[in-house]
Amino acid sequence: MAPGMDGQSMEATETDGYVTADGRQIGGVMMDIRNIVLRFGGVTAIQDVTFDIRKGEVRAIIGPNGAGKSSMLNVINGFYHPQEGEIWFKGKLRPSMKPYEVAEQGIARTFQNIALFKGMSTLDNIMTGRQLKMKKNFFWQMLRYGPAIQEEVEHRQKVEEIIDFLEIQAIRKTPVGSLPYGMQKRVELARALAMEPELLLLDEPMAGMNVEEKEDMSRFIIDVNEQYGTTICLIEHDMGVVMDLADRVVVLDYGKQLADGLPGDVQKDQAVIDAYLGV
Amino acid sequence: MDFLYDVLIKPFVEMGGDPAFFFQVLWEGFVAGILYALIALGFVLIFKASGIFNFAQGIMVVFAALGLVGFYEVLGSAGIESGTVKAVISLVLTLTMMYALAFGVERLVLRPLVGQEDIILFMSTIGITFMLIGGGQWIFGGEPKSMITEDLGLPTGDTVVDAFGGIIIFQHLDVAATIIAGLLIAGLALFFSKTKTGRALRAVADDHQAAVSVGIGLNQIWVVVWFAAGIVALVTGVMWGAKSDVSFALQIVALKALPVLVLGGFTSIPGAIVGGLIIGIGEKVFELYWGGLMGGGVESWFAFIIALIFLLFRPQGIFGDKIIERV
Repeated sequence: MAPGMDGQSMEATETDGYVTADGRQIGGVMMDIRNIVLRFGGVTAIQDVTFDIRKGEVRAIIGPNGAGKSSMLNVINGFYHPQEGEIWFKGKLRPSMKPYEVAEQGIARTFQNIALFKGMSTLDNIMTGRQLKMKKNFFWQMLRYGPAIQEEVEHRQKVEEIIDFLEIQAIRKTPVGSLPYGMQKRVELARALAMEPELLLLDEPMAGMNVEEKEDMSRFIIDVNEQYGTTICLIEHDMGVVMDLADRVVVLDYGKQLADGLPGDVQKDQAVIDAYLGV
Repeated sequence: MDFLYDVLIKPFVEMGGDPAFFFQVLWEGFVAGILYALIALGFVLIFKASGIFNFAQGIMVVFAALGLVGFYEVLGSAGIESGTVKAVISLVLTLTMMYALAFGVERLVLRPLVGQEDIILFMSTIGITFMLIGGGQWIFGGEPKSMITEDLGLPTGDTVVDAFGGIIIFQHLDVAATIIAGLLIAGLALFFSKTKTGRALRAVADDHQAAVSVGIGLNQIWVVVWFAAGIVALVTGVMWGAKSDVSFALQIVALKALPVLVLGGFTSIPGAIVGGLIIGIGEKVFELYWGGLMGGGVESWFAFIIALIFLLFRPQGIFGDKIIERV
């Protein structure tokens, strides 16, 4: 089940999926991350990390504070550019890309410390997620010309669907800066979903939430994965949550890869237990 | 008692006594207000889209106007006869120049400073100001020039209307300025509220990281917004230039945009208009009816007093974004 390392061709790994414990068929490799090394000056944030993300799965990256989890997400998302290593996306080696170019490829993300457009309404925030899909030029949009209006309406419909899906109808017109924390997290997820991403990156989607909010968010993540078939890669601290949500887990500690595999196996791994208990 | 009479009663008696003159004052104030609003609009555009207070907006007005006249002169000495042809070509050249400026600012100033504190970006716009003053004097010379009003097709006559038992004079140029400013402002308001680019601009103003994560490229957005501000600067420069001369003294007028912004709010296009009109009309009326009590010259500081009062009671301005703070 391990991804194609050196020498093994992409075609070989494309085909072999697997079936999860709850019976979902997982597809071939969507993103293959090979031997990533990321340094900031003398500090090595990520040291030779290799794992893959398969189509349709919920992949988790876990590890103690400062393990390099967020850095890893920033590498995938294009905020950071690793000094060494390769990222293959859908069978192609990805060149060094700017974050907005990565977004154009169909990769959306949320942030650990919520990055929303605070002065804008929930609706406008989610509409920015449709930015790349709107093609009519601004001239027609300004003149409220028929086809441009029609395009706006279509996108608005899609956004309303997402609003219903995440149960945030009541805050549609509210400026997001004034929303409670849990709601802001949900709007951020909505904006990412509006991009209709193939790969959704979630940076600690449940950080700072109470139990009830965590359960809601877990339910949404599962639903997104099942209903839209979106591949998800998430970072999480809460071991309990990860074991329930994730199909496969990669564990980092001090930038090094400790383990990679099914949640049950990872949990029993001695190196992982040591890292978490601080031995 | 005499003093109270002079302050509270006499001005209104005068207004009622000669309503035609009062209306004339209102109209002059209105036109001045529109021009203040245009300058303020340039500031609002860049502030709305990048959170930067662009100190260089005033000099951009001068630079654009000087460019227009400068190109016109060069084309004249190159042997082109027709005034209209020269005007059109220099208009195109000036727009190109303003685009080049927007592009240059993005590439050389904003891009290297991405993610820096607002105050650092503000300082950099002061730097741009000095570059433009020096560059402008070097390229176009420092002496005042007259605006090519007629060749641009702007009307110059006036219409005298009998009304309110007297006469009111409407300069055609003022009427044209009002209409052009109105169209420009309406266009920009639509652009911001109804287009995806407008939404992207607002998004960039709020959060750079989030904006790029949904696929908005910061670089293009900044070029767009600085170019838009450049266009506004050009229109403002033509209008002010037609009323007085084109000279570096024009940038002092740009300082009047500050109280306008405080009044209207830094992020609001309607705010810039309403603020501009309040200041424009307010200072003319105050000067003519109350100015005498203080020995005249109140026009130069009236706006700032109003701004001060606003800062005390409503710091975000009339239409500014609500200040949201969760504790």
